[in-house]
Amino acid sequence: MTTSPIVVTGLGATTPVGGDVAATWSALLAGKSGVVVLTEDWAAELPVRIAAPVAVDPSEVMERVQARRLDRSGQLALIAAREAWADAGAVDVDPERLAVVVASGIGGVHTLLSNYDLLKEKGPRRVSPLAIPMLMPNGPAASVALEVGARGGVHTPVSACSSGAEAMAYGLNMIRSGRVDVVIAGGTEAAIHPLPLAAFANMMALSRRNDEPTRASRPYDKARDGFVLGEGAGMVVLESAERATRRGARIYAEVAGAGLTSDAHHIAQPDPVGIGATRAMTEALADANLRPDQVVHINAHATSTPQGDVAEAVAIRNALGEAARGATISATKSMTGHLLGAAGAVEGIATILALHHRVAPPTINLDDPDDEVRLDVVRGEPRELPDGTIAALNNSFGFGGHNVAVALRSYA
Amino acid sequence: MAYTEQEILSGLAEIVNEIVGVPASEVQPDKSFTDDLDVDSLSMVEVAMAAQDKFGVTIPDEEIKNLKTVGDAVGYIAKSS
Repeated sequence: MTTSPIVVTGLGATTPVGGDVAATWSALLAGKSGVVVLTEDWAAELPVRIAAPVAVDPSEVMERVQARRLDRSGQLALIAAREAWADAGAVDVDPERLAVVVASGIGGVHTLLSNYDLLKEKGPRRVSPLAIPMLMPNGPAASVALEVGARGGVHTPVSACSSGAEAMAYGLNMIRSGRVDVVIAGGTEAAIHPLPLAAFANMMALSRRNDEPTRASRPYDKARDGFVLGEGAGMVVLESAERATRRGARIYAEVAGAGLTSDAHHIAQPDPVGIGATRAMTEALADANLRPDQVVHINAHATSTPQGDVAEAVAIRNALGEAARGATISATKSMTGHLLGAAGAVEGIATILALHHRVAPPTINLDDPDDEVRLDVVRGEPRELPDGTIAALNNSFGFGGHNVAVALRSYA
Repeated sequence: MAYTEQEILSGLAEIVNEIVGVPASEVQPDKSFTDDLDVDSLSMVEVAMAAQDKFGVTIPDEEIKNLKTVGDAVGYIAKSS
């Protein structure tokens, strides 16, 4: 058991708005959208022809031979993990005390489907001998572990759009329990492919604002009509404050607690009043030893779906009570789109940086707020956060009824 | 058509470079795929498939494990093409 707080000492990301953490953060503060029109031939006949691809393609930053042995989701994970690991400085940890937890929502869908195409067109011998390690959802986690030599365990939470946040919670609890000393935790996703796009579109989950891509993801706005599919990866390096201080590392924030619940309501619909989401937030606060009035900021799940945004808003009001009015809400999916299994990790990084720099990013496209939301959502310019010890929540919910809230605290 | 051993060697060198990144100049007949050239058993299947396409030969799965060195592969392809 470790009683020292668990803190974040390294950050890495590749997202639709930036190829690294610095570019992503400045784009989020500037209110830039990463959503574009898909110009590929395969997109022409889809009902949804917009998405949020990564701003910097992996081929620009990854060596060719390594890239061809990884699914795109593995490439993105490795790029983000390298940045986080370098950012953490000289971690100097026994490999058996180092673990990797990298989540995925869907796994190596590009590899799976491109090999199925080969199977049909050219026969079974043309299926790549690397297809299985490339498509397995734990492939990106294992690749990161190979890169850094982590032998303390490799794990891959799979809980749809809450996977990335679940990875942060898993990493937190691995260190707390004493299993390991350092964890690289995060999520990755690369599912901009016609099949997932068609499937999400047929669920009526995606925005069809094909003519106005940068206006399509509009959480909390009355005219929202679904999420925009994004891709990317986010990684953090976690260790105890005691260890981080001893080695003189920069500490971004404390991962103070986590709450994980399930709805048992419907396979894909949110509970309309967000009972499970409320419990996740309440449990995260209790785990972090925080009172609701200490929460000054929430990075909401807020995907821009008509039902989900309202259910979460109700859940936030129920979890925080009167204190909900004092929390500054950001819906960064308005800019990044929805990164599925990477969302909780990338938004976790945005929440960590909001505490570290004491500023909350804006929510774009919120022209006419839904009357049911009734929260203090940041619009237009970024909003300064208060001095002193402050706390934030990062919410992530997933198909299947998964609810994860991660509580973060500023670290002086 | 038949290929000369030199043509096969240079073609294999291109394939190995493409798949594992080892410089083509290092792909010489006495080199072991696994010990010298960073070609693991999975990559070896890729090399064999690419060689099939390039030289119009058939390399059965059970034959791949016998191709220990670049020279073994050159000899097999020369004999089969």
